[in-house]
Amino acid sequence: MTVVAAAPYRFPVADVRENFPAPLLYIGWDQHLMFCAPFCLPLPPDLPFDALLTQVLPGIYGAHPDFARIDWDQAQWTKAGQPWRPDRAKSLAENGLGHKDAIHFRTPGLNGIAGSCS
Amino acid sequence: MDTRVARKKLGLKERYAAMTRGLGWETSYQPMDKVFPYDRYEGLKIHDWDQWQDPFRLTMDAYWKYQGEKEKKLYAVIEAFAQNNGQLGVADARYVNALKLFIQGVTPLEYYAHRGFAHVGRQFTGEGARVAAQMQSIDELRHYQTETHAISHYNKYFNGMHSPNHWFDRVWYLSVPKSFFEDACTAGPFEFLTAVSFSFEYVLTNLLFVPFMSGAAHNGDMSTVTFGFSAQSDESRHMTLGIECIKFMLEQDPDNVPIVQRWIDKWFWRGYRLLTLVAMMQDYMLPKRVMSWKEAWEMYAESNGGALFKDLARYGIREPKGWKDACEGKDHISHQAWNTFYNYAAAAPFHTWVPKDDELQWLSEKYPNTFDALYRPRLEYYRGQQEQGQRFYNKTLPMLCQTCQIPMLFTEPGDATQIAYRESSYLGDKFHFCSDHCKEIFDHEPEKYVQAWLPVHQIYQGHCFKPGVDPTAPGFDPLAAVLDYYELNVGRDNFDFEGSEDQKNFAAWRGDGTHNASGEQA
Repeated sequence: MTVVAAAPYRFPVADVRENFPAPLLYIGWDQHLMFCAPFCLPLPPDLPFDALLTQVLPGIYGAHPDFARIDWDQAQWTKAGQPWRPDRAKSLAENGLGHKDAIHFRTPGLNGIAGSCS
Repeated sequence: MDTRVARKKLGLKERYAAMTRGLGWETSYQPMDKVFPYDRYEGLKIHDWDQWQDPFRLTMDAYWKYQGEKEKKLYAVIEAFAQNNGQLGVADARYVNALKLFIQGVTPLEYYAHRGFAHVGRQFTGEGARVAAQMQSIDELRHYQTETHAISHYNKYFNGMHSPNHWFDRVWYLSVPKSFFEDACTAGPFEFLTAVSFSFEYVLTNLLFVPFMSGAAHNGDMSTVTFGFSAQSDESRHMTLGIECIKFMLEQDPDNVPIVQRWIDKWFWRGYRLLTLVAMMQDYMLPKRVMSWKEAWEMYAESNGGALFKDLARYGIREPKGWKDACEGKDHISHQAWNTFYNYAAAAPFHTWVPKDDELQWLSEKYPNTFDALYRPRLEYYRGQQEQGQRFYNKTLPMLCQTCQIPMLFTEPGDATQIAYRESSYLGDKFHFCSDHCKEIFDHEPEKYVQAWLPVHQIYQGHCFKPGVDPTAPGFDPLAAVLDYYELNVGRDNFDFEGSEDQKNFAAWRGDGTHNASGEQA
């Protein structure tokens, strides 16, 4: 379906890849809603997935008492609503992550502050 | 001397006809469609504009007189409030943050409504509808002015109120109300009426005005109560206009029903999402509480709104698609929204805080099924951290919903522990949504929402720094640069209420009323 308009209706897409210094990646940590929403991060496509876990995420999730206890080998990932297995040794792009992809992970056994999923 | 002949006074009905229906314009040398290009293209079929009945039969001359009297009363109260230092009478300086939210997020909407109704009042070919829309346009402009005047008094004493217009176009969370009205104002005139007159003013306005104005009364803010009363009498007229316009559209042609239903589905949901701010205000920002968001939702939405949609069933209209999810949200959205502002209190020109023990208790009682299990532990944890000098501020930008522009803070229907993720593709790009309903709104008109000014993305594109700022300079601090672009006074307008200038000043002023100021002789 399209917009019903009195005249031709075409406007540029505001958030195409070219408008950003790096592709955007959205990332969320399930059952840790102390962080009110998933994050939006511009990240170079050649960044190794392992570096995302060990260098980027501590800066954004490190304030949570569960973070230090994460066993990344046990983390369960979801991408576009489907279970997904990233390869830590490969880059974001090699893992198939492109501009404005959304991924989120669950850390079994770690259920937030006092088990409240916070 | 000629005998004076008294001209026969028009009766009310004739007078109304003369002041409204006599004002029409049938063009002669230009086609009507060229002069009125907007009232047909949406596909709505109108066979007889004279069927439009103005609910209040208000004429312009009566309107001036009536509104003039209200203005006099309102400004007398505002003046008295100022002279008597009414700002000292509020329950607690935390309350003033509700006023900040109002002047930042609600008052500019009055101005948008003024513009929208002025446009509609020009574009409709039916005279009754035009006159009603023009009067509402003037009402909305008045509301913008009276709210600004009433709150300007607080601006002399409290932070976070100095640049509401500047903020409205720039600050991240204000893109939520702004995008709502820009979406409505750039739709056709009938969709605008469905969005604003019906969905917002008729279905949802009680949820907006009653908590704010009752909250003001409960918390000793008589200035706001007065502009609330002044506006509320207009709101009643606007609500009646809203239901009248829906019935008019539905009665004109059965082909209008599916079009109107789709608009109701869309605008109910957009309005509901916008009111998330009000839910949070009600449960967290009023030191003396009126009723919980959940109670307000049950009374004004489930009970009144439920009856409304039963009434509209005879036209073939059903309740909005998002209705059930909205009803489920009554247990969650205020807590989820407050947490968001607690997270991002460094970047907002108002204060947040962890509720006090009696307030946590109130929330537990009002939300017995959710608060203690899901939300209290987080707040108590924040408090513990704060006591250790580690007040939690989230410094990374959140993912936003493409449609409502709210950070993706809402959880799945049926599972309040899981953020809801929805996704669409359009022309090779991906777009994300907080709910099925925001996704559906996008999927129906993707061209409209792909141009959305999403604050987070605009920051990353470098559009939220002042001219001349070099993001590649050594030691560049993006957050500081964005706050500078917002013209937010860092350390005064933002951060936690504990330790804020508002808190300290208010305590000192109150103390002056009961103690001698230091250095003064007893």
